[in-house]
Amino acid sequence: MVPAAATAASLNCALFHRQGGLNRATRGLQWTKKQCTRKPGPAIITAKFELKPPPYPLNALEPHMSKDTLEYHWGKHHRAYVDNLNKQIVGTELDSMPLEDVVIVTYNKGDMLPAFNNAAQAWNHEFFWGCMKPGGGGKPSGELLQLIERDFGSFEKFVEEFKSAAATQFGSGWAWLVYKANRLDVENAVNPRPLEEDKKLVVVKSSNAVNPLVWDYSPLLTIDVWEHAYYLDFQNRRPDYISTFMEKLVSWEAASARLEVAKAQAAEREKEQRKRDEAEDIQGSEAVEMYVDGETEDSGAD
Amino acid sequence: QTFSLPDLPYDYGALEPAISGEIMQLHHQKHHQTYITNYNKALEQLNDAIEKGDSAAVVKLQSAIKFNGGGHVNHSIFWKNLAPVREGGGELPHGSLGWAIDADFGSLEKLIQLMNAEGVALQGSGWVWLALDKELKKLVVETTANQDPLVTKGPTLVPLLGIDVWEHAYYLQYKNVRPDYLKNIWKVMNWKYASEVYAKECPSS
Repeated sequence: MVPAAATAASLNCALFHRQGGLNRATRGLQWTKKQCTRKPGPAIITAKFELKPPPYPLNALEPHMSKDTLEYHWGKHHRAYVDNLNKQIVGTELDSMPLEDVVIVTYNKGDMLPAFNNAAQAWNHEFFWGCMKPGGGGKPSGELLQLIERDFGSFEKFVEEFKSAAATQFGSGWAWLVYKANRLDVENAVNPRPLEEDKKLVVVKSSNAVNPLVWDYSPLLTIDVWEHAYYLDFQNRRPDYISTFMEKLVSWEAASARLEVAKAQAAEREKEQRKRDEAEDIQGSEAVEMYVDGETEDSGAD
Repeated sequence: QTFSLPDLPYDYGALEPAISGEIMQLHHQKHHQTYITNYNKALEQLNDAIEKGDSAAVVKLQSAIKFNGGGHVNHSIFWKNLAPVREGGGELPHGSLGWAIDADFGSLEKLIQLMNAEGVALQGSGWVWLALDKELKKLVVETTANQDPLVTKGPTLVPLLGIDVWEHAYYLQYKNVRPDYLKNIWKVMNWKYASEVYAKECPSS
């Protein structure tokens, strides 16, 4: 996970690292519940995921999100997800993987493995802190604004759709703005928006710990709508929390940075797909030639 | 027919210190009321869709009815499941329900342990139930997600006790420590009500 303030160089490192990890973990291997259990042998002391602090002090989002809320939400809830994840995966194959890969592998095409809840919630919360900043709100600019206006009609229409998704996610969950790299053939789960063929930006909502990584989307922005995210500050008034998030907290810089990463990843994938397609074409045409040669030789022998 | 918020059989503060008056008031006046308001709205739209023969709309409304109708059903049971200490809250079950608990779980302590474990393990929002399977004549512990009523887990299940483990049920008082909420709620559990429901379904000698 790369914080929004990272430089372009480290963003690229995250890009290639994630790509390589995904290819190894999901394309070649058949992950079963058995493979993710503890190996015998000397116990490794802790698995490696860390609880990183939000990119601002815990009181920096006041009065829109209280210090109390951050202390519990980050200090208790998020911390517990990270600690419990580490306990669950220590000594297993999952222990050596980047967090995003753990999420996708443990999602297991919807038949979630035990570590999924903690892994996904650890990822979600780290992502969520980066979606907010002191003095946030306002509008995006540049390419992100262009894409939003293209795919939603206007920024206001996007805000309406995002707020509606957040307000109507029943029970616990999240609402997301995601970048969709136009691939309907998703390996590991049902694509929840199969009709949005030409759109690059989509609003989706997910329940409990699920996040759009498992649908092969690139998240740009999220809001946590588990009750623990807003109950101390807003009690039952989720719509007020959502409005405050959009007007006072959201970091459009972070979203734009993620858009750049998502586009670079999509371009890289397309390049690799083209290489694979070319390799297949060459193989195919060679086979045809061999067959034709064989026949000519036989008829010649007679 | 429109539904309305049932009165609480006790004051908002009467379940303290197990559950705070602040929580009881929000839970009843805001959360439960909202389920009822939205349930009524969904039913009105459903009647409309049925009259028009709009099957797509009928099917589309099912989730709103399940969420909000389920919320109304579940919370209506919940208020009866709780009682102030001075009105018998926390008093242990006697009679046929007490014996059935011993028979099906070994002891009341084991039942409580099981329900609390299920409550803690429930991811996201939902309910833990002590239920009677009226076909098998057995007590079972079940969980449901979100506002799914118990019957979604089995048509022969009758709810005796339900514990709301949505965060709104405990957060202001217990914050993230759901286990403490579950430990304390038994102090105001209305076993009398559960016994009455059980006796009605399983009239025995």
